[in-house]
Amino acid sequence: MTDAPVKHFPRPTPETEAYWEGCRKHELLLQRCTQCSEFQFYPRIICTNCASENLEWVKASGRGQVLTFTIVRRAVSEAYAADVPYVVALIQLDEGPTMMSNVVQCDPETLEVGGPVQVVFEDWSEEFSIPQFRPVSPAEVAKK
Amino acid sequence: MKMDLLRGKVAIVGAADTEVGKVPQYGATALCVEAARRALEDAGITKDKIDGLVTCNSMAEPYMYHAEAIAEYLQIFPRYCISVAAGGGTTFSILHHAASAIVTGMCETVLISMADCLRTGLSREQAMTLQSSTGHPQFEIPYGPTVPAYYALIACAHMDAYGTTPEQLAAVAVSTRRHAALNPNAQMREIISVEDVLSSRMIADPLHLLDCSLVSDGGAAVILTSAERATDFPHHPVYVLGVGEGHGYEHISQARSLTTSAAVESGRRAFEMAGLGPSDVDVAEIYDCFTPVALIELEDLGFCKKGEAGAFVEDGETALDGSVPMNTHGGLLSHCHPGNPGSMFALTEAVTQLRHSAGARQVKNAEVALVHAQGGIMSSHATLILGRERNG
Repeated sequence: MTDAPVKHFPRPTPETEAYWEGCRKHELLLQRCTQCSEFQFYPRIICTNCASENLEWVKASGRGQVLTFTIVRRAVSEAYAADVPYVVALIQLDEGPTMMSNVVQCDPETLEVGGPVQVVFEDWSEEFSIPQFRPVSPAEVAKK
Repeated sequence: MKMDLLRGKVAIVGAADTEVGKVPQYGATALCVEAARRALEDAGITKDKIDGLVTCNSMAEPYMYHAEAIAEYLQIFPRYCISVAAGGGTTFSILHHAASAIVTGMCETVLISMADCLRTGLSREQAMTLQSSTGHPQFEIPYGPTVPAYYALIACAHMDAYGTTPEQLAAVAVSTRRHAALNPNAQMREIISVEDVLSSRMIADPLHLLDCSLVSDGGAAVILTSAERATDFPHHPVYVLGVGEGHGYEHISQARSLTTSAAVESGRRAFEMAGLGPSDVDVAEIYDCFTPVALIELEDLGFCKKGEAGAFVEDGETALDGSVPMNTHGGLLSHCHPGNPGSMFALTEAVTQLRHSAGARQVKNAEVALVHAQGGIMSSHATLILGRERNG
């Protein structure tokens, strides 16, 4: 008997630990520079705008829009095969930074560039939850 | 810095490809050595004349210090020996350094040899996983992106911004296949239509199977020396007139722009050094790992306006009789693509064209060639301008 194939788990580094700890609690955390107030992603030890080392963790709104996306028809490995067809997208967060993610809980064929999305978390283990996004309906957008 | 420090100072005096496609009789190390052997033969020199060696690592047979291992295998003892890794852009960025090494007297004769066996040296799953590991280990790879998916993100953005169509992407594959049909060494030589591309299997929307490059075994090598010595070799020398690099980011999710690449910078720098512009280029061998890549490069290198490359290719401008004959050997889409060494074949093809020995696919009276490669996901770019004449 062989082990079931496992997806690619992130391995946190000292500057990303807080981010993944936030994800575990289903909170999307971003770094903000206390000097110039810029948000950044991914986590770093310096601000990419002003090179300050004074960064704070802020809970993001979790809202953003689809900058670009693709529907993957041929999985990268066996571990992802059950998800096919799955969406890989770049999400521009309302706070400014861009991140890669999956768009889930939708029919991939109906997805559009510019569409509003909201973060959701997929629990991969006790320690790791992965931030993904789901489309937000116009009614939901209006409410916010 | 004076821009003419390198211009016309160095020439390519040897160039050769191995067999490509499925080459099971060689491993990746042997293929790298076979490419070197053929280039030496082409230059009419013995291996002891090589005092500079450049290689890139192989995925199928990696070494901790690859160039050292190849020097040992060949039993040569260079004074400049380095293996490089910058994805597909590797080739030309290192040519920049190798040319500088010759001009500054670090060495006289440099052999650049690169090969890999992605087709027979790795399983399909191994090749896919290794190549997609270019993604960020924490912030991209967990989401299951494939290499076609990364480039599909770029294609989608270009379509959204400029109205580029799937038919226009397909036109790139059709154009290069026409050239491959004239090249007896190309891996895929059967003529295809736009319809064939669009009806091939969808891999990652909007990229179909035929929008994607090949998976190949293959190797190629070139030999560089000073322009003064270059006329002592059997073939017409091909001079390095300009070279430039641009490095924008590493991971696609950190791209400054999804539709304009650092090819803008690498191209500008290379043209400035050469004192030439896009209209001086007789033949362009540019990186086409996926069809949208060629479109963005045509725009960013200045062959057409931003957003108009789709129509440019559809109008036949990249055909042998067009304004910029592109990828005359068939490119990565139809000639071969063994991974990191892929753009070496664009370089050897440019040499072949400027020697006027490309046979049925020869661009008439080609005097100036542009070669362009990129590595990562449209991340790092290198542009090279080559001339048949030293002051071309």
